[in-house]
Amino acid sequence: MENTIQTINENFLFIYLLIFTIILGFEVISKVPTVLHTPLMSGANAVSGVVILGAILLIRQSQGDDYISLVIGFVGVVLGMLNAVGGFVVTDRMLEMFKKKKK
Amino acid sequence: MYIEFYINLSYLIGSLAFVWGLRLLSTPDTARRGNLIASFGMGVAILAAMLDPAYKVGPNNYGWIIAGLGVGGVVGTVWAKRVAMTSMPQMVSILNGFGGACAVVLAAVEFYHMYRGDRPYGTAEIATLAFALLIGGIAFTGSFVAFGKLEGWIRDNFLVIPKVHHLFNMSLLVAIVVFSTIATIQGIAAPPWMVILLVVLTLYYGVSFVTPIGGADMPVVISLLNSFSGISAASAGLIYNNQFMLVGGILVGASGTILTLMMCNAMNRSLLNVLIGGFGTSGGSAAAAAKGDQVIREVSLNDAAIMMYYSSSVVIVPGYGLAVAQAQKVCKEIDDLLSANGVDVTYAIHPVAGRMPGHMNVLLAEADVPYPKLLDLDDANNALPNTDVVLIVGANDVVNPAAETDPGSPIYGMPVLQVWKAKQVIVMKRSMRSGYAGIENPLFFYPNNRMLFGDAKDTLTKLSVELKQMG
Repeated sequence: MENTIQTINENFLFIYLLIFTIILGFEVISKVPTVLHTPLMSGANAVSGVVILGAILLIRQSQGDDYISLVIGFVGVVLGMLNAVGGFVVTDRMLEMFKKKKK
Repeated sequence: MYIEFYINLSYLIGSLAFVWGLRLLSTPDTARRGNLIASFGMGVAILAAMLDPAYKVGPNNYGWIIAGLGVGGVVGTVWAKRVAMTSMPQMVSILNGFGGACAVVLAAVEFYHMYRGDRPYGTAEIATLAFALLIGGIAFTGSFVAFGKLEGWIRDNFLVIPKVHHLFNMSLLVAIVVFSTIATIQGIAAPPWMVILLVVLTLYYGVSFVTPIGGADMPVVISLLNSFSGISAASAGLIYNNQFMLVGGILVGASGTILTLMMCNAMNRSLLNVLIGGFGTSGGSAAAAAKGDQVIREVSLNDAAIMMYYSSSVVIVPGYGLAVAQAQKVCKEIDDLLSANGVDVTYAIHPVAGRMPGHMNVLLAEADVPYPKLLDLDDANNALPNTDVVLIVGANDVVNPAAETDPGSPIYGMPVLQVWKAKQVIVMKRSMRSGYAGIENPLFFYPNNRMLFGDAKDTLTKLSVELKQMG
């Protein structure tokens, strides 16, 4: 119990950030029109590629001969990059088609 | 020193770019810019993560990172440029799965480091690892199953245990939570096989969780998995003590959650009901079918063309059938021919039409239909009573009046497009088979309804030929 309390104390700024980001996220996205649901979702999907940062940090923190961690990190970077780049490019392709034309 | 300051500044700029980008993504005129800004934020953050001195402990191994970035970047770009717009739900699912998979491998490698004795792991840290493993695992295998279902490779009863499947899933989840708790409390003293079992169970849970969910509920599932991949990225941010990952992941988690709830509202069902409901598998209302002696009236191509050509307003209701037949361009052709004759043509789009939220809008945009012509549910229902002709192409459940009239119907209470209020309805359909959800549609027997049987693209093409001859 004491450990838990201490952990919470040490990470209080993180908890602040967590709560405020959740509120911000809901606020920013809640007024999206139906037209944009798919691009929003694929754009958000691309943003979830931030997980790639974890893979980059894993590789950076590994020793040069720790091949297990390096290979896993490499796989992680590839997966994260696919998620991010694929998502952004495909969203751009979709949005390029949304044009406003006068009737 | 200065370098730390620049790194922190980059993370801040990256986070703001995400928030701003998502904000701009919510209006059609600025959406494209929003996406660019968000991708810029990602680029800045990747660079910052590579240079951040706080994480420098060894040789940095930049070669490995750059190789990974190169492979993922090139493959991702080429693939995203080539994929067809009809396959967008599959594409989003599988990309989402990659994000989840990334979180899973990160959590797994941390467990490996713990057992190798790299450093002591605190209780909160192990709990975070277990959480990232669970949420990432569901996003990973769940998304792949969703992909398989969308492609038609996996049927709804794949690996489903009749009757007790949800009980089985529940026990699986309980087992995962119990193992996670033991691993968290015991830390390094917990046997490694338990962690391996935990990985296997979570990956299997993702499969088992998504398979029984009916095809008609795909938009909900995809949104939910999207939010899971965001949450798993955020928890990976906790593992690496990186605020930027936390912010990005949470934003995605929030957007996915909102879309999930919107989709559930559009079907008037709770999330729990979607997850365990088995909407697509229930028997449906046999009662409605058994009424008998109802007549359906067919219409000829020529008559249909005349009806539409000499009306003052036409509303087209596109459904997934239109997407499958790749008929959106022909649809636009008909739109142009009618508009040239002064007919007011709009499109009524139900929130769950297609296989992911907003899917129909993307397909019509691809065919150059300007988005102000696309009406959402409320606008369409306001416009429908004053509409001369409604043309339904490959949609079924979203125009089913039983949702309002028959309390016994599985879709009772779901908001639908009230097409029957228009003067004339034409349903374009391959056959009298019921829709994706397997529910009878009494609309077909309404006096103001006419059926136009045939393949969507084929029939639309013939219809456009008829219209050309009139003009």
